[in-house]
Amino acid sequence: MPRSETAIVRLSGVSKTYGATKALSDVDFACFAGEIHAILGENGAGKSTLMKLVSGVIQPTSGHIDVDGTRTDLSSPADAMARGLICMFQELSLVPDLTVRENLMLGAPGRGLGRLDTAVVERAQAILSQIDGNAIRMKARVADLTLAERQQVEIAKALSRNPRLLILDEATSALNASVVEKVFRLIRARRDAGVGVLFISHRFHEIEALADRISIFRNGSHVETFDNGAYDYGAIISKMVGQRIDDLFPAKPDPVADAEEVISLNGFGWSDTLDDVSIVLRKGCITGLGGLDGQGQGEVLQGLFGLLKSTRGDCMMDGWKITVNHPKAAKSPTLGIALVPEDRKTEGLVLEQSIAHNMELAALGVEGIDAGDPAIYQPFIDALELKCDSLDQTVSELSGGNQQKVALTKWLSLGPRCMLLADPTRGIDVKTKTQIYALLRRLADSGVAILLLSTDYEELIHLCDDAHIFYNGRVVRQLSGADITAENIIAASLNMHETPAAAEGTAHA
Amino acid sequence: MRDLLRANQRETIAFSVLVALLVSYLATHPAGPTTYVMTIWANQCLILALAAIAQFFAVIVRGIDLSVGAIMALTNCIASYLVIGTGAEMAFGIIVVLAAGVGCGVLNGLLVVYGRIQPIVVTLATASVFVGLALLLRPTPGGQIDYDLADALTLDVLGVPTALVITAAVIGLIWVPLRRTGLGLGLYAVGSSEQAAFQSGMPVAKIRLASFALGGLFAGLAGLYFSLVTTTGDAGIGPNFTLNSIAAVVLGGVALRGGVGTLTGAIAGAFILKTIGALMFFSGLPPLAQPFVEGLILAAAIAIGGADVLRVKNKLEVFGR
Repeated sequence: MPRSETAIVRLSGVSKTYGATKALSDVDFACFAGEIHAILGENGAGKSTLMKLVSGVIQPTSGHIDVDGTRTDLSSPADAMARGLICMFQELSLVPDLTVRENLMLGAPGRGLGRLDTAVVERAQAILSQIDGNAIRMKARVADLTLAERQQVEIAKALSRNPRLLILDEATSALNASVVEKVFRLIRARRDAGVGVLFISHRFHEIEALADRISIFRNGSHVETFDNGAYDYGAIISKMVGQRIDDLFPAKPDPVADAEEVISLNGFGWSDTLDDVSIVLRKGCITGLGGLDGQGQGEVLQGLFGLLKSTRGDCMMDGWKITVNHPKAAKSPTLGIALVPEDRKTEGLVLEQSIAHNMELAALGVEGIDAGDPAIYQPFIDALELKCDSLDQTVSELSGGNQQKVALTKWLSLGPRCMLLADPTRGIDVKTKTQIYALLRRLADSGVAILLLSTDYEELIHLCDDAHIFYNGRVVRQLSGADITAENIIAASLNMHETPAAAEGTAHA
Repeated sequence: MRDLLRANQRETIAFSVLVALLVSYLATHPAGPTTYVMTIWANQCLILALAAIAQFFAVIVRGIDLSVGAIMALTNCIASYLVIGTGAEMAFGIIVVLAAGVGCGVLNGLLVVYGRIQPIVVTLATASVFVGLALLLRPTPGGQIDYDLADALTLDVLGVPTALVITAAVIGLIWVPLRRTGLGLGLYAVGSSEQAAFQSGMPVAKIRLASFALGGLFAGLAGLYFSLVTTTGDAGIGPNFTLNSIAAVVLGGVALRGGVGTLTGAIAGAFILKTIGALMFFSGLPPLAQPFVEGLILAAAIAIGGADVLRVKNKLEVFGR
């Protein structure tokens, strides 16, 4: 590994406090050229704070930062960028109303407010073509792209700026495995060319595959840095949480062959994105929806929740044909359908409002439920161990994992019969993930039918009783029990019926 | 092409509405489409268009400027003292008038950016200050503008109203080049997502300041052109222009939430608004019914832009509009 001696960035005794909260305390940390350095830690461990410090978004309360061995104040992202410290943020740094092309040019180094640099667009396009981003039109508005496409643009934008230190904060959370592998190939090539990489991800297998060194953070402190491979999975997890978690996923119960049907979709279709989808949701079962991004999985959830107009096909509940044409109808006690949407920040929560107000939103207007009664939320707050100062705290102050707990609690309080979840663990730390998994399994055991859309195939394998893999708006494969394997899921996602090894070369022809 | 149409949909609608209105105006005007009729029409349109451009620069960065009319009043009153005399004196006068406009805009910008006060509050306050200054200068309407200069800029060039030539120049010489710079792009980025712009390394504070300065400049130009058309100074012209400038940018497809719309759209909106007014004047409708009909036309024009919401098949997408 061509690792240099002087650190590109070195933090010495750095602390960052927000009011009474200590986000980072007395951290010493260094990142070198030519290494991929993964940062691991739970929510609130200080990973994102560290990234923001290095990329100039915030400044340390005490301590100092050296860049290339010289003490430096990184006063703004522009300042950090000028020094070659380029960050790809988890909270996307793309401007929704501008086109892809304009976004790629925005803030390109060395141009400031003067004439725009079109050379970066060509560089970014070349990068996009290497990560399956050819289909992304340069003149499309970013707001019209899918989450995965936006992440691809983010990656191209960051790489086209010729970083010396590339900071990736959950950069691939919405991308599927084959694109992630291509992104990793690019990152490794940059590493070999002497670029330093700081990498945050909650997908452990990604870190295992990519990192040269790993640093663990816990409660705002830097716990340890070691070479990848020095510790096994279990040991690393226990360093992160400070205690050992044996199993990420709860045990799967034996399948009940003739469990009662709750909802069955027959030949469901919508517009030109979904066609002929048939899915049965059973009492006590977790049904998974997998596949590449944007293959129609999300629309199934939206359709069931009454968000789509003029859908085709039948939806049966308890043997009766039902029509769900509004979320208000979906959440009524007669149907009892709840949807935890994909983007918790825009669709799941009202960020500027308190936890208590957010939780009341779903229950308001539902017959037979008193939304103002805190007792209906408490069991779920306890089960999920929601961390907050009080329920009057605004949701925007919470970490991603805790925000998701609020979004879940809000719908669980209704006691739904059918729970629809769109990637509920995206960008969330391991401990929260296990809590959510355990809760979903317990819900299923109590008789709720669960439909889980997931981009992480580990979830489909270990959590779901059966899985429907989507490709181009149709279910191409239905897997259940022991058939839900990584190989089968990947092959079906690419609409291939061979082993993934054979699929590798032709998958994106 | 699909993207291009989609991106400029609001502007396309605005321009179609404008053409339809203009044709019916010229058809109903008793004198017909003569250069004289066109010139009077274009002059009135350009005053409001310049005010709408000033408003555009505030709205595009997710702000609003309630002092546009006030800056016009102030610059109009200054012009009524200074834009007269020898060529050098007039040049000096014009520079002072425009500098006053920019100064007012920068003051707004400083209060918004460094005072961290909302634009609506800042400009409400400064509007009173600017009108106060204007009233000190001209307690009653009066003063005079150089007639030769006024004629040169408010009549026609080879049959084409000078106001239209100026409009084209503003678009071709200011807007098109600006759109190709980091500042032009930054205006949209800040208006659409200030956080994303900041994290992309854009100097957000400078961009905001620049947008207010540009707004002030165009409010000053609006005041100056108003002076040339009326050849007098009047401190009381403000309120009307402020409200109409906001209506004009909305009509022209500029989103009040910022980040969406173009300067040409704002100009088209201003022209639409003035043409509706002119149409009413010659329509033969009873004067008392005119505001009612004018309002209906306005509402209909805006509704066309929103009509495609009915075609949206995913209810969530309605909220994104």
